[in-house]
Amino acid sequence: MIDRALDLELGFGFLSGPGGFNFSNQWLTGYDSNDSRLGAYGVGILNTVRLVLIGIVLTTILGVFAGVARLSDNWLVSRLATLYVETIRNTPLLIQIVIWYTVVFLQLPKIADAVNILDVFYLSNRALALPSLAANGAFGLWAIFLAIGAVAAFILRKWLLRREERDGESLHATTWGLALFVVLAVVTFIATGTPLEPNTPSLHVTDVGIRNITGGLQVSPEFAAVLIGLVIYTGAFIAEIVRGGIQALPRGQDEAATALGLSGYQRMTLIILPQALRIIIPPLTNQYLNLTKNSSLAVAIAYPEIIWVGTTIVNNIGRAVPVFLMIFATYLALSLAISVVMNSFNRRVQLAGR
Amino acid sequence: MLGHLSIPGVYMRFSRLWLLMLALFAISMIAVACNGDDDDGAVASGETLKTVLDRGTIKVGVKDSQPGFGNLEPDGTFAGQDIEFARALAAALFGNKNQVEFVVASAANRFELLSSEEIDVLIRTTTWTSSRDIDLKSSFTATTFYDGQGIIVNANSPIQSLSDLEGSTICVTSGTTTEVNLATRLGAAGVNHTALSFAGDAEIIEAFIAGRCDAWTADKGNLAGQRTSFPADAGGSAALRILPDTLSKEPLGPVVRDGDTEWYDLVQWVVFGTMAADELGVNSQNVTAMAANPPSKDIADLLGASFQGAPVSEFGASLGLSPTFMQDVLFQVGNYDEIYQRTIAQIGLARAGSINASWLDGGLIYAPPIR
Repeated sequence: MIDRALDLELGFGFLSGPGGFNFSNQWLTGYDSNDSRLGAYGVGILNTVRLVLIGIVLTTILGVFAGVARLSDNWLVSRLATLYVETIRNTPLLIQIVIWYTVVFLQLPKIADAVNILDVFYLSNRALALPSLAANGAFGLWAIFLAIGAVAAFILRKWLLRREERDGESLHATTWGLALFVVLAVVTFIATGTPLEPNTPSLHVTDVGIRNITGGLQVSPEFAAVLIGLVIYTGAFIAEIVRGGIQALPRGQDEAATALGLSGYQRMTLIILPQALRIIIPPLTNQYLNLTKNSSLAVAIAYPEIIWVGTTIVNNIGRAVPVFLMIFATYLALSLAISVVMNSFNRRVQLAGR
Repeated sequence: MLGHLSIPGVYMRFSRLWLLMLALFAISMIAVACNGDDDDGAVASGETLKTVLDRGTIKVGVKDSQPGFGNLEPDGTFAGQDIEFARALAAALFGNKNQVEFVVASAANRFELLSSEEIDVLIRTTTWTSSRDIDLKSSFTATTFYDGQGIIVNANSPIQSLSDLEGSTICVTSGTTTEVNLATRLGAAGVNHTALSFAGDAEIIEAFIAGRCDAWTADKGNLAGQRTSFPADAGGSAALRILPDTLSKEPLGPVVRDGDTEWYDLVQWVVFGTMAADELGVNSQNVTAMAANPPSKDIADLLGASFQGAPVSEFGASLGLSPTFMQDVLFQVGNYDEIYQRTIAQIGLARAGSINASWLDGGLIYAPPIR
């Protein structure tokens, strides 16, 4: 009887039925309401993955900067970083996301008054539309050349690094490697006949006068609000982890580097951060996992990630238990994938013998 | 690190900890299992009525953001047609319309609240559809309002009909029949649009005022209510216009769990009782006089009164209620028309001439005979 009451119907046959609803945000897919529920769930997964991938990159950059800034000798910089960390990490993320959405992104100009820069850049509360590049038939060939270029650049850098170690003199190995890659990319881009074409957004007005923006890269206010909310929130925690990692190093490391005549930037990038990284990575992994799970709060502001898709399916046809099992399994898989990558990175930066 | 585990004392402590954890886990599983046994019986026929009477209140899942149907007023009280039917049930059960506990249900969690027995009945502008009736293990008792899906736009919008929606962004509540209807109807008409699905009305109003969407779709009863309460600083009700098109049939009414037919009958016949009273001309003003001296056998049977010395009808007793339960309902809450005029008529939807008029006036509101 409890099976009936709680709708404990196991079985996933319902996934082949049509979803019946449409998506406001899609990435790489063209889902239509007649496509299957499994397809709808796939769109949800892609929306979550997009949020998590971009979020992790941006929050790491923000967190490292804020963490280093908290230790700055400049009074203003360190106080601003402290203010950021303490206000953001001590308030609920859900509230922050809702504020980003309703107070910031919804207050952008309406579509009728959209900011238009040179007919290629549009800003309104419908979307931020930017010019982007669209691949054409020649893209596959160019991609092969790009791969060859990357390998060549890697070999050049390795060779220059070996000479640097032998002669004890900086030869700018990374800069030369990058330069080789860029030159090869540009030459083959022209040789293969421009495999990427500009895709600029344009303002479109229908016969009755409805305005919308088509083409280009469009960032919806829902996606932007969740992304910014997650990045700024998680960044505050990462800042503290970075600060802790740096402060855990013996003071002598910094003093010895100063004694060798290294500049402030060189001390940070060559001596302090590589060592601090060993302390930082395990707690940093936790923050990445938190960001992944917190992405479910996107459901509050109409961003269609997996919880949104899951609850919509449950409300249409029931089957709460299988749907929530799917959501459970998806978050587990995402989190484990992040853990595997971060753990292997962790093994690489650890000192041998520890 | 692993080397530490080989120290005997530490290892012993670890294994004892594990044992403790295992024991706790086993105890919690047993507790869950016991709890499950109790739940098993609760969906049997008649159990809901017993639970409700023992508790002394009826728990009703309602909406808090839809004027005319289920709305939380500024003074903290609930008002609307759904709320009135919840009070009618309390009056029928306890002789007191205030012995009701309102549980705010969202569009997304309402059926979970019902199936997990958090609420006894769901009266939240819920559309009767085959998949909800069958797949969601719920039973629709009666239709209290025949609604249809409509579209609302800014009064100065160029949109006049469905085909004008080409290229527009439309706000909708996620997980509703409205969301599915929108995709189906506009898809069939070949109208390209973007559906932006929010969790609730409050979020949609915010986005709609900001200009995030060109149109907003919901049941027309809902849209009429939202229009009357549209914020004055956003232009008030004059700033909005409802399109003439109706996209779907949306019969709304109270929902109960499958499996408890006695409870289903009770909820259904309290609703039908208010409709029958409307047909028979019994209202909150004249119910006391009519109960004392019933003008017809039909009225006597409805009110549980004796007609010309004949024995009192078994209507109330057969539902497990007092024979005079409809007197309490009508005296404290009123008949269908009184409820309608107090709630839905206030948001600008007149009853006369609509499909929600009594069948005697050409509408669809029709109570099966009480006998």
